[in-house]
Formats: sequence, structure tokens, C-alpha cells
Amino acid sequence: MSKKVRFKLNGQLKSLALDQTRMLLWVLRTDFALTGSKYGCGEGFCGACTVLVNGEAVRSCQYPVEDIDGKEVITIEGLAKNGNLHPIQNAFVEHDALQCGFCTPGMILNAYSLLLKNPSPTQEEIILEMEDNLCRCGAHVRIVQAVLTAAQKMSGGSRR
Amino acid sequence: MKKDDFLALDFYDIGPGLPLSRRKFLKLMGGGIVILFTVRDPLFLEAQRRRWQQLPEDFNAFLRIGEDGRVSCFTGKIEMGQGVITSLAQMLADELEVPLDSVDMVMGDTDLCPWDMGTWGSMTTRFFGPPLRAAAAEARAVLIELAAEHFQSDPSQFIAEAGFICYKSQKQKKVSYAQLTKGKKIAKHLAGKAPQEKPENFSIVGKPVLRLDSVEKVTGKAKFAGDVREPGMLYARILRPPAHGAKLSDVDTSPAKNVQGARIIQEGDLIAVLHDDPEQAEKALRLIKARWEKSEAKVDENNIFDHLVQVAPEGEVVSEGGILAEGEKVSKTVITNTYLDGYVAHATIETHTALAKVEGNKATIWASTQNPFGVKDDVASVLGFPAENVRVITPWVGGGFGGKASNRQTGEAAKLAKLAGKPVQIAWTRAEEFFYDTFRPAAVVKIKAGVDTSGRITFWDYGVYFAGERGSQHYYDIPHHRTMSFGSGWRGTPGSHPFGTGAWRAPANNTNTFARESQVDALATAAGMDPLEFRLKNLKDERMIRVLRAVARKFGWTPAKPPSGRGYGIATGIDAGTYVAHMAEVEVDKKTMKVRVKRVVCAQDMGLSINPEGAKTQMEGCITMGLGYALSEDIRFKGGEILDSNFDTYEIPRFSWLPKIETVLIDDKNAAPQGGGEPAIICMGGVVANAIHDAIGVRVFQLPMTAERIKQASEM
Repeated sequence: MSKKVRFKLNGQLKSLALDQTRMLLWVLRTDFALTGSKYGCGEGFCGACTVLVNGEAVRSCQYPVEDIDGKEVITIEGLAKNGNLHPIQNAFVEHDALQCGFCTPGMILNAYSLLLKNPSPTQEEIILEMEDNLCRCGAHVRIVQAVLTAAQKMSGGSRR
Repeated sequence: MKKDDFLALDFYDIGPGLPLSRRKFLKLMGGGIVILFTVRDPLFLEAQRRRWQQLPEDFNAFLRIGEDGRVSCFTGKIEMGQGVITSLAQMLADELEVPLDSVDMVMGDTDLCPWDMGTWGSMTTRFFGPPLRAAAAEARAVLIELAAEHFQSDPSQFIAEAGFICYKSQKQKKVSYAQLTKGKKIAKHLAGKAPQEKPENFSIVGKPVLRLDSVEKVTGKAKFAGDVREPGMLYARILRPPAHGAKLSDVDTSPAKNVQGARIIQEGDLIAVLHDDPEQAEKALRLIKARWEKSEAKVDENNIFDHLVQVAPEGEVVSEGGILAEGEKVSKTVITNTYLDGYVAHATIETHTALAKVEGNKATIWASTQNPFGVKDDVASVLGFPAENVRVITPWVGGGFGGKASNRQTGEAAKLAKLAGKPVQIAWTRAEEFFYDTFRPAAVVKIKAGVDTSGRITFWDYGVYFAGERGSQHYYDIPHHRTMSFGSGWRGTPGSHPFGTGAWRAPANNTNTFARESQVDALATAAGMDPLEFRLKNLKDERMIRVLRAVARKFGWTPAKPPSGRGYGIATGIDAGTYVAHMAEVEVDKKTMKVRVKRVVCAQDMGLSINPEGAKTQMEGCITMGLGYALSEDIRFKGGEILDSNFDTYEIPRFSWLPKIETVLIDDKNAAPQGGGEPAIICMGGVVANAIHDAIGVRVFQLPMTAERIKQASEM
């Protein structure tokens, strides 16, 4: 069942033989020690495992590794460039848009994907797109504010 | 004192103003923490028999100044999102006179940090804060003495400023803390008590400060227990029963061996599969064939309340005064109601997790826990090691809310690590989390109360079953009253709950406040009075009147008789020494009876607020999380079988539920700081219930207030 999979992970080409039935989340966490992607529910209900595949937010706990062949994966570890936080990360810091921080990587990557599709979303559009990412601490109000701030900053020209 | 007894303390509200005549003081756990017990309380007797752990007297246990001038602050408290990593650093920095960004917090490491009872009960600021400040004040005074020796001058000539001791008259003539201590423990101590900074001189305490852990958390660098990697570690999955109380009658583990690399460990009831790939461990576990005998299921989420009242032990008087019958005689209206509250899960996004490493007779455990020192004792007893051979390290904790005061996973990981001879990680699946969670107990509150023709509450007869007494005492000005508590709010008596129960953010107080504030509203309605005016008329407590007026001002409350059709609600409460008052506006869809909470305003008096920004964050979090138990969260079960196993059926608040949230802090700089992590959640059931009544004239007596329940209530 082992098959070679080639993909780009946080900007670097990777090529490794993998059991095709494995889920991306566990490959990231176990094989690459990229532990920023979290297990929260294992069934795609909470969004803590969210990563970007070709710029699209996906639930890595439900994403078979065979489907990443030839694609680009970005995890939370790959968002900051040369030690500079991405504007969404900065906005989360500025707004205290997190508490325990466990859902935070998934929230940020989901927001990234949302802003890629819709660079200036309304508050309602943000709520709609973030709806399936769960936060138990109740940081929601600040997360919405952070995404709005990030959208403004990014449309100012710093978007990557 | 057993650690379990510390947990039970959470169900007593430890705040100022308890009637001392009826209670005994007991000094406990060092650092001036004072716990109040009733004399017959088993904890009190236990306290007399044992010497309880104390915080160390030596200030070096709390802080260390490094050679580079950075200051490490050591605390047995842990950071689970509540923000004490920031507020404790503020307290230390202010008192020690160092810049906030020079403080590094070392939290929840049992080898490095002073003993702690556990992080719960909104007690960190209130009870760890004072000894931390005292330690910092002594360190500062000692540093001044060391500087005086250094310059061969008198200590009175010096002042501490930003990590330096300088001459008062000539500030550029100074020596840094690092130069004085050279990274070493300070041997010198102060003869007397060091003076502490006065509130008017606080420069860091009381200022809004952003979280100190954000950058780590937004970059994915923050390590939680499940993110720790040790060479050769294995991931374990454990065979679990389908229901609490089920007995394993037959098991065949041999099919699991078909998964290459899987190791099966069986010792007594513990059957586990270990693998270096967590998915393979899961796959192997699924191959194990097990037969279970379940005991007969007698209770479920519908009949549990009758069961609880039936099995309740004799009640204890929490408070009383006057003669109830006298009050009843002068009542114009008497209202008797029963309020119900179901089981609620903690549902932290991080499940219970631990990594254990056992080498020889030493063990190291990385655990997602609110109680590292409790885990240390647990693991020592599981392994048969002396406690000093066990080190517990607490990385970032992904939410707790009381759920991680219980730590079954740590003993499991330790046992398996010892048996396997390799480090073992256990990370509960979401289903395991719902199964072994110590739920907020289902509870019943019965209230009989009256009101006279002038709108005064005449009597108040209150009995709470299995929620616990925290928040059960009313604070209204009622001449004849009695408050009784039947059955512990923690684990109940044997046979009361079919599974584990425990502390859930502001234990007991959510249930008690929902019942009390609903009943007060019902009395206001009977009196034909505006519920704000009615409360003010029946209150003498100045602090409560102040928060109530503050919330009304912010909300823009205008008087009306309920139900006014506007969908406005009020609720107030006291928790962890903090006063809160909430006002909410809801919309009820008259066809579906679905509730939308549009706006929540909360005023909070927590004395001095160490970090007003952090305090507001906690208030917002409480309000958002509280929407869940108010509207949707209710564990479904059949005997010991838990029917909810994931977020598809157990609904927690989402972005689309968000009301407009406004917070008001009554910042009393000269008052002692009180609790902040829990108070603002206690009113959420009551404020929404009262707003629903105001919207459609229907009172809902059971939490959560689902559309179905509102429909039923409206048809009655």
C-alpha cells in the first residue's frame, strides 16, 4: 500500500513513501513533527486540524495523503516568513483573539483561505466562513475583529 | 489532605463576607489563603489531622534573577487560556520593579515550582497573588540591601527601578539586579516584612496588557502535551467499555497482532495497543474483539431529576434567618417552582493528554492538567514510586474549565510506559473525552417564595439538590429565608450519578443563579413591577446595587412590566468574591421557538483588576461559553452509556451565535483583587431565561432552553 507521494510542504519539496490510507494530520504531526495542526475531534467537526492545500482550508484529519500528491500544503508553521508574522497572525496578537490557543492555528488558516477568496469580507461573511471552526474559550468576538483587521491590512498591499 | 478533598473545595464559594460566627477560619495552603468550613465538614476534621502543604517561605522559590537580567517567575499554577501567565507576570514585575517583558513564567513544573493545590476556583490572583507579591517585595528589599553593601552606603539612599538599584539622589549611579545576584539564588533574607507597593503607585498592575503567550500560539510553536516528542515514544489506544459500569466478559486481542508493529499490553482490566504510529494503534485496537456485560440502564436525561431527588441525602443548612411561616402569612402571592439543569460537558478542544517516560525508578509526565501536583501524587501511587521521583511538566493546556482537574489519562500513560519500557503518549479521542469527562452534575432546585403588595420579597425557601452550595445563598434583603443544600455538587453520594461528575466553570453557581434569578423575575412579574426596579427595591447590598446600576446604564434599560415583548432580561450573581450583573436582549422565533441572543451587557466588580484587558477577555469568554449551557448543551445518556460522542450532536456555541457583547469593569483600585475566570458565566442561564419570558411570556424551568422545551413550556 506504500506509495511515493511528492508535495510541497511550507515551501519545501517533499517526497516520501507513505501508506496511502493515512490522514494528512497524522503525517504532519508524526512524520514531520509539525504539531501546530491539532487533533480536536477526528471527524472534521471542529477545525483544529485545518491546513491549507493549494490555498484552500481543509480538514487534515479527513484528508488522505494520497490526495496531496503534486499539491502545496501550508501549515501554521509555514505562515510566518523570515521571522515576520503574517498579517493575520499579527491581528490575532493585537486583538488578544485567543485564549488557550488550541484552536488558533486552525482559525488562522481558515481565515487565510477565506481572505484569499474574499479579500474584503463583511462581518457576516466572516462569521459564515468561520462557522465550523470551534472555540471553547469564547474568543469568537475577537477572532472576528482580528480577521477584519487583517483584511484591511492585507488589502493595503502586504498580501502574499 | 487527599487531593480529592481539595477538588471538593471548589463547590464552596470562597469569597469575602461569609458569616464568620457560624464558620470557622482555617489557615490553609500557605500564603494567607483562608478557607472557610462548617465545623462538621469532613474537610475541617481532615485538616486537624493532617499538616497541609504550605507555600515555601523563601522568596527564591517564587523567582530567580538570571545573569542576563531576565526574571523567572515560578508558579504551580498552569495556563489554560485564562490569562494568568500575563497577570501573574504583571504582579511580579510591578512589585519587583522590573520591565514586564523581562519576566519569563515557569508554570506547573513540579520540580521547579512551589507546591500548588491546583488551578481552579478563580483562585490564582486571589490566593497565589499575595504570596507572589510578598516574595517580590522581599526580593526587592534584599536587592536594595545588597546594593547598599555594594556601594558601601545606607539602604535608605536607594530605590529600585526597572531592574536596577539606583541612588535616589543620583539615578545614573546604579547597579543592575543581575550584577548583584550573578544568576545565583539570593542567600540574604529580610529580617522583617518587606513593605509592598501601594495601589496608587502601581505602574504595571491595573494597566491593560496583551497576552504574553500569543506569538507562540499563533505560530504553532506552542507545545501542548500531545506535541511533546521523546525518542522511541509509542502512542497508546486503550480498550474502553461501551458504558460506565460495563464488565468485560470475553476478549480476543490476537487479531490486533495483524497490524505490523502493534504491541498489545494487557494487565488486569487495562488492555492497550501501542504503536509508533497513532493511526496504526487505532487500527489495531479496532481489531480487538471484546464482549461486555452492561448493567441495566435505569436513568436517562429525562428521568434523572426524579432519581436525584429520591436518592438525595439529608440537607444541610447553608444560611437561614427569620421564620418562613411568618413571611408566608404576609405574602400577597406565593410562587413555588422547580428548576432543572442537565449534565454539561467541559468539551475543551484539547482532549485529556499525557506523555509518560519511566526510567529506572524515576518518571516524567507531560500532562494537560489543571492539577500538576495532584498528578504527581497519582502517578507515584500508580507506579509505586516515592512522590519525589515523579516530575510533572505542564505544557500549554488547551482549555480546562474544571475538566482537567481530573486526570485519569496520566496514570494510564505512566502505567503503560512502565510496562512497555518506552515513553507512551495517551491522547483521548473525542469519544473518550465525552465518556470520561467529569460532567457538570444534573441538579434540581426547588424554591418557594412570596411577595407582598408593596413589591417586597416576604420569604425565600430554597433547596438545591446535587449542584452544590456555591452561589446558593441569596443576597436580597429578605426577612425570612432558608437555603438548604442536598447532596454534594461534586460526585454526589454513591448511586446518584451514573458516571463521573465534577467541577465545571463556576461549579454549582450556574445552576443556582439560573434558579434564583428566574424566581426573582417570577416574583417581579407577580408584583407587576419592572424587574430592575423590583431588584433594586429588594437589595441592600451596595456592591450589588452598584453593578446593577452600571449594567442598566450601559444597556439603556427603561422600565416596563414583564413580559414587555421587548425580549429584555436581567440576572445578577456573586462568584469568587466578584459581583456580576447581566442584561440581555433576545429574539424568539414564534414559529420555531428558536432563540437568538442579540445583545449581552455585563458589568463586573472584581475589586482591583490586575489586567483589565484580560479581565474583559474572560468576561467575553464566559458570556459566549455560557450561551451553550443556556441554549443547547445537555448530555444524553442511557444509564452509564453516553450517547453524545462528538460535536455533531453535542452543540457548543459557534460564530453565528454571537450576540453583541459589551463589558463594563468597575475597577476598584483600592479593593483586593477577586476572581475573574468564572463569575461572568453564572448569569447566562438566568439572563436568557428572563429575556425569553420578557419576549413571549413563557417561563422555561429547565436548562438548556432548547426550542423544543420552549415550545412545550408555551403549550402548558
